Amino acid sequence: MNALGWSRLQFAFTITYHYLFPQLTMGLALLIVVMKALGLKRSGTRWNDLARFWGRVFALNFAVGVVTGIPMEFQFGTNWARFSNATGGVIGLTLAMEGLFAFFAESAFLGLFLFGERKLGPRGHLLAALMVFLGSWLSGYFIVVTNAFMQHPVGYAQDASGRLTLASFSAFVFNPWGLWQYAHTMTAAVITGSFVVSAVAAYWTLIGQFPEHARACLRLGVVAGLIACTMQIFPTGDRQGRLVARFQPASLAAMEGKFESGGHAELDIIGQPNVEERRLENPIVVPATLSFLAYGSFGATVEGLNDVPRDQWPDNVELLYFAYHMMVGLGTLQLGLMGGSALLLWLGRLERTRAVLWILMLAFPFPYIATTAGWTTAELGRQPWIVYGLQRTARATSPDLGAGDVVFTVLGYAGLYFLIGILFLWLVLREIAHGPAEPDAMASR
Amino acid sequence: MHALWFAILALMLTAYVVLDGFDLGAGIVHTFVARTNEDRRTVLAAIGPLWDGNEVWLLAAGGVFVFAFPRAYAAAFSGLYLALMIVLWLLVLRGVSIEFRSKVDHPLWRSAWDSVFAISSTALAIVLGVAIGNVVRGFPIDASGYFHEDLFGAARSRHPGAIDLLSTVYGELGLTALGAHGATFLAWKTSGALGVRSVAAARRLWAVSLVLFTLATALTAVEAPVFARHVVARPWLLPFPMATVAAAGIARASLGAGRPLRAFLTSCGFLASMLVATAGALYPALLPSVIDESFTLDAYNAASDRAGLEIGLWVWVPAIALSIVYFAYLFWSFRGKAEGTHHHY
Repeated sequence: MNALGWSRLQFAFTITYHYLFPQLTMGLALLIVVMKALGLKRSGTRWNDLARFWGRVFALNFAVGVVTGIPMEFQFGTNWARFSNATGGVIGLTLAMEGLFAFFAESAFLGLFLFGERKLGPRGHLLAALMVFLGSWLSGYFIVVTNAFMQHPVGYAQDASGRLTLASFSAFVFNPWGLWQYAHTMTAAVITGSFVVSAVAAYWTLIGQFPEHARACLRLGVVAGLIACTMQIFPTGDRQGRLVARFQPASLAAMEGKFESGGHAELDIIGQPNVEERRLENPIVVPATLSFLAYGSFGATVEGLNDVPRDQWPDNVELLYFAYHMMVGLGTLQLGLMGGSALLLWLGRLERTRAVLWILMLAFPFPYIATTAGWTTAELGRQPWIVYGLQRTARATSPDLGAGDVVFTVLGYAGLYFLIGILFLWLVLREIAHGPAEPDAMASR
Repeated sequence: MHALWFAILALMLTAYVVLDGFDLGAGIVHTFVARTNEDRRTVLAAIGPLWDGNEVWLLAAGGVFVFAFPRAYAAAFSGLYLALMIVLWLLVLRGVSIEFRSKVDHPLWRSAWDSVFAISSTALAIVLGVAIGNVVRGFPIDASGYFHEDLFGAARSRHPGAIDLLSTVYGELGLTALGAHGATFLAWKTSGALGVRSVAAARRLWAVSLVLFTLATALTAVEAPVFARHVVARPWLLPFPMATVAAAGIARASLGAGRPLRAFLTSCGFLASMLVATAGALYPALLPSVIDESFTLDAYNAASDRAGLEIGLWVWVPAIALSIVYFAYLFWSFRGKAEGTHHHY
């Protein structure tokens, strides 16, 4: 593998690892606001205890998210210098705005949320939670819009040397691709948050600890989870898919493992793409559905990879195909699980149905896998472009960077992140075991 | 427009060094001034709610850099690949050490993170100084607009690498100046034995910083002739180094006189005047080339398109106004002395 391959691996690894943390932060931020609002309305300390408990989990997540986020912004320059050079005049704006508008608010108000409850009073504390939520969701927006520009560049002009410059601020910041991608990404974050909250609640319920708090968390997690899982598929996933069909037809063909073009295109549930022989092996298909989902009509023609020049195919069709199918499969499974749990909750039987509690407790990795698979789909689907139709990934690397340097840093990140991951898991598990009781009660912290 | 964005970038980097500087500095002196677990918790409680926001200035400055001067950003970050990656790892470790230390009450866990915090802060302060030394001296940028610089060059190599005599002195200055800044901050925010030791450490570090500042200035005149020529040609720059020397003296005296807040504010002035003078003497260069002056990446040839920069200004002005409000509010809400026992850390 050359410097290009290692740089791609490094970016893929560091961004995947990094995004394990913000997805929970953003999802939890919303749920914490709901907890604080309920705490204001309902009697008892339950909701405020929970807001404090999830605030501690949030803080640990936030810390790892922040430190693993810093290398992301700087890797644009270190490993992808020709990309930054060509597009910095456009995407630099949203990267700077993320810091200026979102991170400052988030970090300032997180300090107040974590340390200032007594000083701020209940309403002030809710306001701090709200600002943390707004800050984290705003930072998500700026990053998604940056990615949306790479997927579907709009609002730019190109100068004589090929560099992109900002032509229209509003076109760039309100990229239609970005709006649906953002909605899809944020509902995914809420799913992660609600699955984690439900898993912890299921655990407490199963061992009979903190029954009041567990009941509250279970209700909040399942209700939020059902809403988010539904929105994940419709409308956000549906609209995202139509955008891919319209603007990245080669990507859609690879995601679906379609080589032949034609109308009444079938939707395959699963199969194994054989890229050499250009066919899908062992497909299980639903007739004509892909044409309908992509274009709203059963007769619509879906372009297959055979009609796309070979040098414009996504360069890893197989991984793209499976990433996409894992995302869709898990998304469906998650909706089924939350739908079933919500039904039991409505019937008042969820807390007694231990089998479902077991599943809820163990299912928390699903949204993390689905989110990772979703981003893998987006990023592999965009290939061979780093900016769709404008700059190829192969021409985006740093010109003087050798493979040896990048292998060294890939290994460095692997070791460092492995260590942090283990310590993080251990600390979070301690918090969960300790539960929503006051931290002062925890052996002389 | 280009000069304005150069100034904005310089301003944001200065804000970063002044703000993150005090929490880096607190890390540098951490194990020396804070001896007991209580003291160490106090140090972390003093910077705990603030360090993360301070570090955001680095991210925001990075965003401004790539937006306004993409060519220079691309060249600098790819050319200094390994150096930057090591900085990033240090930043990761340091952030983790601050947040993880308090979570487990075990003496070995805590001293391990204390060491990580102190070592990463120390290394980062040195690297910041080395980085400024490199910018002052210049880079082997060729006609391609890129360069590749080793960390340290072999004796035979054409170019000495990122770490040479000049940048080493700058690195030492970075270490003592930020150490003094951090110790002064602790002198202001803490009391008792910790406060007394912080005052003593700060006074010593201020004296060393003054010596190193003089040495670095003299060495710059020899090693970075273009830079030195700019200083001579721009007499309006002269008050800045004088202010730097005066600020170090005043900060030291104020500490002796028991006026730690005044000492801290002059300490901010010390760092700011030093950085403003450096930026003023560099202008318009962002990355000077040591191969040929015509290869230098400056605020004009490395900048984004003018129309884009104008749009950016409409975004930057309200953003920075809002940030100042947040920061003022944050510092106000955590005013007063920090105490380890009543906080999260």
